Amino acid sequence: MKLLTREALLSFRRAPLLSVLSITTIAFSLFTLGLFGLVAINLRQALQGLEERVEIVAFVLRGTPAETITLATQDIAAFPEVQDVTYVTEEQALARARRELVEFRDAYRDLQVNPLPASIEVRLKPGNRDAATVERVAQRLRGFGFVNDVRYGRDWVQKLDHLRNITGIVGLVIGLAFAAVAVVIIGVTIRLTLLQRAREISIMRLVGATNWFIRGPFLLEGALKGLLGGLLSLVLCYAGYLLFRDQSGGTFAGLIFFLPYQMGAIVVFGVLLGLAGSLVSVGRHLRHV
Amino acid sequence: MIRLSHVYKNYPNGALALKDVSFRVDRGEFVFLTGHSGAGKSTIMKLLFAEQRPTSGEVRVSGYDVSALRPDEVPKLRRRLGVVFQDFRLLEDRTAAENIAFALEVTGARGDTIEARVMRVLTQVGLTAKSRAYPRELSGGEQQRVAIARALVNDPAILVADEPTGNLDERATRGVFQLLRDINAGGTVIVMATHDLDLVRQASYRTIEMREGGVVFDSAVDEPDDEEAAT
Repeated sequence: MKLLTREALLSFRRAPLLSVLSITTIAFSLFTLGLFGLVAINLRQALQGLEERVEIVAFVLRGTPAETITLATQDIAAFPEVQDVTYVTEEQALARARRELVEFRDAYRDLQVNPLPASIEVRLKPGNRDAATVERVAQRLRGFGFVNDVRYGRDWVQKLDHLRNITGIVGLVIGLAFAAVAVVIIGVTIRLTLLQRAREISIMRLVGATNWFIRGPFLLEGALKGLLGGLLSLVLCYAGYLLFRDQSGGTFAGLIFFLPYQMGAIVVFGVLLGLAGSLVSVGRHLRHV
Repeated sequence: MIRLSHVYKNYPNGALALKDVSFRVDRGEFVFLTGHSGAGKSTIMKLLFAEQRPTSGEVRVSGYDVSALRPDEVPKLRRRLGVVFQDFRLLEDRTAAENIAFALEVTGARGDTIEARVMRVLTQVGLTAKSRAYPRELSGGEQQRVAIARALVNDPAILVADEPTGNLDERATRGVFQLLRDINAGGTVIVMATHDLDLVRQASYRTIEMREGGVVFDSAVDEPDDEEAAT
């Protein structure tokens, strides 16, 4: 183990420029990936905020008995998708309109008859706010005899769905592309080290070193480069995040950074990329020696 | 210890390197493998330490069947052999002692035994005073002694030497050859490829002569009664 670590570290000392080059390329690959990840998690956070406002409103026919509505409300609250149900009476609707629609305050004050219908407002549980579920719940609400009309922002919900899918797909494609680039770059740098040390490897084989013994330091070297690249990419991401947040003049003051487990995942991903690159490179080289 | 039976070796370009080579080397023997460049000496050497496989025929070394050796068995075979080359093959950035220790380290030898074992072989090749010297600070003969020490450090039963004196002046050649004779006297089988006929004549060891990929002379077969006649 001591020998393994020594040999792996020795390669950093023997070829410092090459090592720095490979670490920075890994860091930049992961940095780009990380920036995209940051956009994705912030977008998801923003979408969650929007999603919480997804609401279905069922307008109630005038003159529906209060008991019917109470029973129906209990019924609706028992739907598995539903988070909470609020009954808004005609008076409450008017009061809310007076309070929220300041421009029309005078118009509402002079009314003889309340024109606003009572309504049942339904909010859905997280994970049930997609277009299909919203439509299904709306259908069931329409099934109640006293329900006059059901409204929800259909287009809006569908757009949210779309946006979420697109971010997911784009993230995956870009992520995979960058991961592939990182693997190739690490592979190439390890291959350069291998060629540089071809003589040493041939001597190792000659005196009876096993292939795993020869691979060991190179794999460790790849993993170490991946680790350092991963850590460096986090530093770069954080610098980018701070710069963007502070230069945006408050527009993006609410931006969030990675959680510790997400940062861990980036570093682990870097290590895996490093290992993958060196494994491919060493495997190919050893077959040819 | 070593047995080749009807060995053929074709290279991918179609060239025939060995044709129908058969011989055996027994415990304690010292064997010269002679012949011109391209006669097939080096190919035989490479077969012995499983650097190459025969196209057909059987090669057995120290109990291993090289013709059918699994990749994970190659290191096991090499740990039972010592190999020495004309160009020494030392690591330039390591001292003499480190070069020898390297052979032990890569085979997973216990750390606390390495130093003593390195010193033992350095003593055997007469280089204790130069243990900390780098290859560039050593003469050709000394570098070859370090390479021999490295080959010996795993206590091999067989030492394969491919033109070990090819790069040395006459005095160094004599020294290295004497060292190999001493090693053989200790019981280690030695197969030495050389085209230095003076060296071959100096000693009465068994000689196998190669020409165009085939064995044309084997003193053990062709002159079996010489020694008896002499005695």
